Amino acid sequence: MTAVEDRPAGFVDNDQKPVGYGRMLRKEDPRFIRGMGRYVDDINLPGMLHLAILRSPVAHARIISIDTRAAEAHPKVKAVVTGAILAEKGLAWMPTLSNDVQAVLATDKVRFQGQEVAFVVAEDRYAARDALELIEVEYDILDPVMDVRKALEPGAPLIRDDLEGKKDNHCFDWETGDAAATEAVFAKADVVVSEDIVYPRVHPAPMETCGCVADFERVEGKLTLWTTSQAPHAHRTVYALVSGLPEHKIRVIAPDIGGGFGNKVPIYPGYVCAIVASLVIGKPVKWTEDRSENLVSTGFARDYIMRGEIAATKDGKILAIRTNVLADHGAFNGTAAPIKYPAGFFGVFTGSYDLEAAYCKMTAVYTNKAPGGVAYACSFRITEAVYLVERIVDCLAYQLDMDPAELRLKNFIQPDQFPYTSKTGWVYDSGDYEPAMRLAMDMIGYDELRKEQAEKRAKGELMGIGISFFTEAVGAGPRKDMDILGLGMADGSELRIHPTGKAVLRVSCMSQGQGHETTYAQIVAEEIGIPPADIQVVNGDTDNTPFGLGTYGSRSTPVSGAAAALVARKVRDKAQIIASGMLEVSVADLEWDKGSFHVKGDPSKSVTIQAIAMRAHGAGDLPEGIEGGLEAQICYNPSNLTYPFGAYICVVDVDPGTAQVKVRRFVAVDDCGTRINPMIIEGQVHGGLTDGVGMALMEMISFDEDGNCLSGSLMDYLIPTALEVPEWETGYTVTPSPHHPIGAKGVGESATVGSPPCVVNAVMDALKPFKVRHADMPLTPSRVWEAMQGRTRPPI
Amino acid sequence: MQVPAPFEYARAGNVAEAIGLLERLGSSAKLVAGGHSLLPMMKLRLANFEYLIDINDLHGELGYITVASDQIRIGAMTRHRELLESAPLLAAFPIFRDAEHVIADPVVRNRGTLGGSLCQADPSEDLSAVCTTLDASCVIQGSGGQRVVSMAEFHRGPYETAVGDDELLIEIRLPLRAGGSSAYEKVERRAGDWAVVSCGAALWMDGGTIAEARVGLAAVGPNTTGIPAIGELLRGKAPSDELFREAGALASSSCSPVTDLRGTEEYKRHLAGELTRRTLSTCVARIKQGV
Repeated sequence: MTAVEDRPAGFVDNDQKPVGYGRMLRKEDPRFIRGMGRYVDDINLPGMLHLAILRSPVAHARIISIDTRAAEAHPKVKAVVTGAILAEKGLAWMPTLSNDVQAVLATDKVRFQGQEVAFVVAEDRYAARDALELIEVEYDILDPVMDVRKALEPGAPLIRDDLEGKKDNHCFDWETGDAAATEAVFAKADVVVSEDIVYPRVHPAPMETCGCVADFERVEGKLTLWTTSQAPHAHRTVYALVSGLPEHKIRVIAPDIGGGFGNKVPIYPGYVCAIVASLVIGKPVKWTEDRSENLVSTGFARDYIMRGEIAATKDGKILAIRTNVLADHGAFNGTAAPIKYPAGFFGVFTGSYDLEAAYCKMTAVYTNKAPGGVAYACSFRITEAVYLVERIVDCLAYQLDMDPAELRLKNFIQPDQFPYTSKTGWVYDSGDYEPAMRLAMDMIGYDELRKEQAEKRAKGELMGIGISFFTEAVGAGPRKDMDILGLGMADGSELRIHPTGKAVLRVSCMSQGQGHETTYAQIVAEEIGIPPADIQVVNGDTDNTPFGLGTYGSRSTPVSGAAAALVARKVRDKAQIIASGMLEVSVADLEWDKGSFHVKGDPSKSVTIQAIAMRAHGAGDLPEGIEGGLEAQICYNPSNLTYPFGAYICVVDVDPGTAQVKVRRFVAVDDCGTRINPMIIEGQVHGGLTDGVGMALMEMISFDEDGNCLSGSLMDYLIPTALEVPEWETGYTVTPSPHHPIGAKGVGESATVGSPPCVVNAVMDALKPFKVRHADMPLTPSRVWEAMQGRTRPPI
Repeated sequence: MQVPAPFEYARAGNVAEAIGLLERLGSSAKLVAGGHSLLPMMKLRLANFEYLIDINDLHGELGYITVASDQIRIGAMTRHRELLESAPLLAAFPIFRDAEHVIADPVVRNRGTLGGSLCQADPSEDLSAVCTTLDASCVIQGSGGQRVVSMAEFHRGPYETAVGDDELLIEIRLPLRAGGSSAYEKVERRAGDWAVVSCGAALWMDGGTIAEARVGLAAVGPNTTGIPAIGELLRGKAPSDELFREAGALASSSCSPVTDLRGTEEYKRHLAGELTRRTLSTCVARIKQGV
């Protein structure tokens, strides 16, 4: 199906809610809109203490001494803990998600501004914060490494002298594709274009910052941790491995989460500090970071410096893409990615195009910046890959003086080539690119816009039309290839039908606002015919849900969504056997009619799923070999990733006098396979597009050369508001995933991935009269004006 | 959550009481009006005071806009929203409408005050640029009486004003003169951001020639900057694109911006010129339209 969906005039009425897929209001929204969500900071336990963290004011320094006596003397302070104290317990360092180590509290050196140095536990939050100012730390200041390009220079200050034998700031090397084959294609190509493309460091900046309440109950010896976690089960296992507490004595609860975007995938030192404090003091301890702490110390994203090269024939057939990447991983390598993929899924930089060859070489380095490289809605570095390919393709269009839509249409992987194995080894499951592209062009009126642009250019007005066409690889992933710290990326799911036909579904993934309580209820409803309102979805409590790796990388629907569908089918199979007993026919003589089984050829003889549920739990005989109850559990291991794609086109106007960019229109056509709740999909797309406009135009974590982070507040780190974005125009095509049980592909990050190159391409298109081919994000008015003056590498 | 350091809180009921408290507590005290700049600075512990004196109860006494024949007097506790809703003020000085629409957001404008904006003395602050443009004078009161200072005297550097530790800004006076109009433009990276550069202009015509013109620039120097040379250039001449371009060039070369995250020095100089040209042109267009 390829069409713009008919949208109802207003919001859908839940009285007409579907049993299965379709538009319905989100089940979780009544509590959110009424301010009744329950977040970590809402957890208040009797006798609870408060923890605050002292952070390094400098980027690189040796710790000479720490004097905590004055802080300890504060009347409300219960404990002051330094790295030296943690080291005695073997807890000063912890593993990162990339098998590096990270300091919980610094013992020897501080390696970035904002690094954790000590913590205070006090009776209230104010006292804890006051006491931090009573701690005196003497630092021996060292030169910091802030410019990633200079990190590997001989004589650069050594950051990771904690690693045995480490002599430089090299983190890892990685390559993919075929260097020799790519060089051969480049050598014969008519046209070669290369460009240095920077994806700056940005931050997820979720509305809710990170935090936890740790409660160690001494009698049971059980730790309960309420925490801002996108992956409660993975966190529980890591805590067990690090702390030595047995895993069944750890319960991780993620209550409502106020946005994650990857920021809540890692385990941060603050969580560990709170756990240690509760273990030692024996009382519940709360830690909630403030906005500045979140921006300066938690997982950033991107920070890739990419040299992109593209080879093509003179008539615009793209032959090969090659890239050399310098990756800034900060002080500790905290990237969250499957362990065999240190650069995540960056290998999909070949995009949506059928190439002869491709090659990438990457060097990752340590710098004196916050650790991470986690995510921010990037589907494991696909954001960077898509930005690279969609920008370099536009640079080629510029060089060939060819329409960027025509260039893309000419090079798409064709429908009959799927499943398509890319030159970097990724197996694209399904795709039909041209209809999506044509739909986007029709929706925005592409040809008319080009005419308008020509007229405006003649008058000296600056209007740009930008295109991006992206393919993502999401839904990690097959356990033979993919794990996080040894944990396979398969997801469990458990479904129980109660006697009255109501149901509870327990899932391993964790909503941060995506609407899981609605989407999963609809998936189950579609399979088993119970209305979504009658299905409770439980997530975020490790004692009450099956194991799974959590929500990030757009994996919830591709992995846990598949698990939910399959567990419902398993229950339905059992229900069919029970129904055969009730109707006294063989199983094979029954037909399913979304909610009831009836005898083939005689629809009057039927039983509903609700009646079957009562029978399953009630008195009376069941068919031979069938146990009572109506429930099942499964673990879904995906056989491949899914490959959503989309065509985005936007129009920008640039004020020739002030260089301000206004995004006038934005059309987003997404293909995420089967669509479960179109309203939720649109919401995800709207959010991601807003994110993308922010990154393209204003977001960047900046540092000065002394290592000070200049983006420690939301007055300095800008995120877009409703005034910076247009009314979004969304469309869709549907190309189901062939291996996914319901054909769904995931959509959580599509718009964040696809929109930054679209906006940048539009601005570059507007600046074509100034012969600007590329300028780096964020395209602030100053940067755009500098580009118009011929300076595309401005100092800021 | 960011939490401030300990402080004592007092609430003044009237001007005399506020000055009495200031005299007693001296530099250890700080006044809070709307609090939109002060409270974040306290929560970040960039500003630490022993005493906070809340003067919101002074709104009855100092929240007014009074139009006389030769001037408009505005009480220091007048809120942004009240400025934006004052028909006589906007009729005399449309620059207030332009500026207020780009100051933060409605929530801030409901609470923030004119006096607070001026006393914060942020070099990027919009109403300071407006007051500089309109040649405002500031009435400062202490226990010994009142004194009146010009905007140039009022601001003494970033975050520094002429108001003493035991004094209170109580009123802003805007001289009225017929035959003029005014305008304001701001370039920001995002709605609600501080200005990259902003510019106010006020211009009075006498027949076909310019009788008087004033420009006030924000974010291009230690304080908002009036550029008297522009008035000298324009007086007695007929308005034209070329003339205003020349005025813009004067603004570009007379200001002293620095490169920061909001923009390069060169870009800010360019904007100073561009916005000067635009706002002066708007003034003339508004005079022609009778607004």
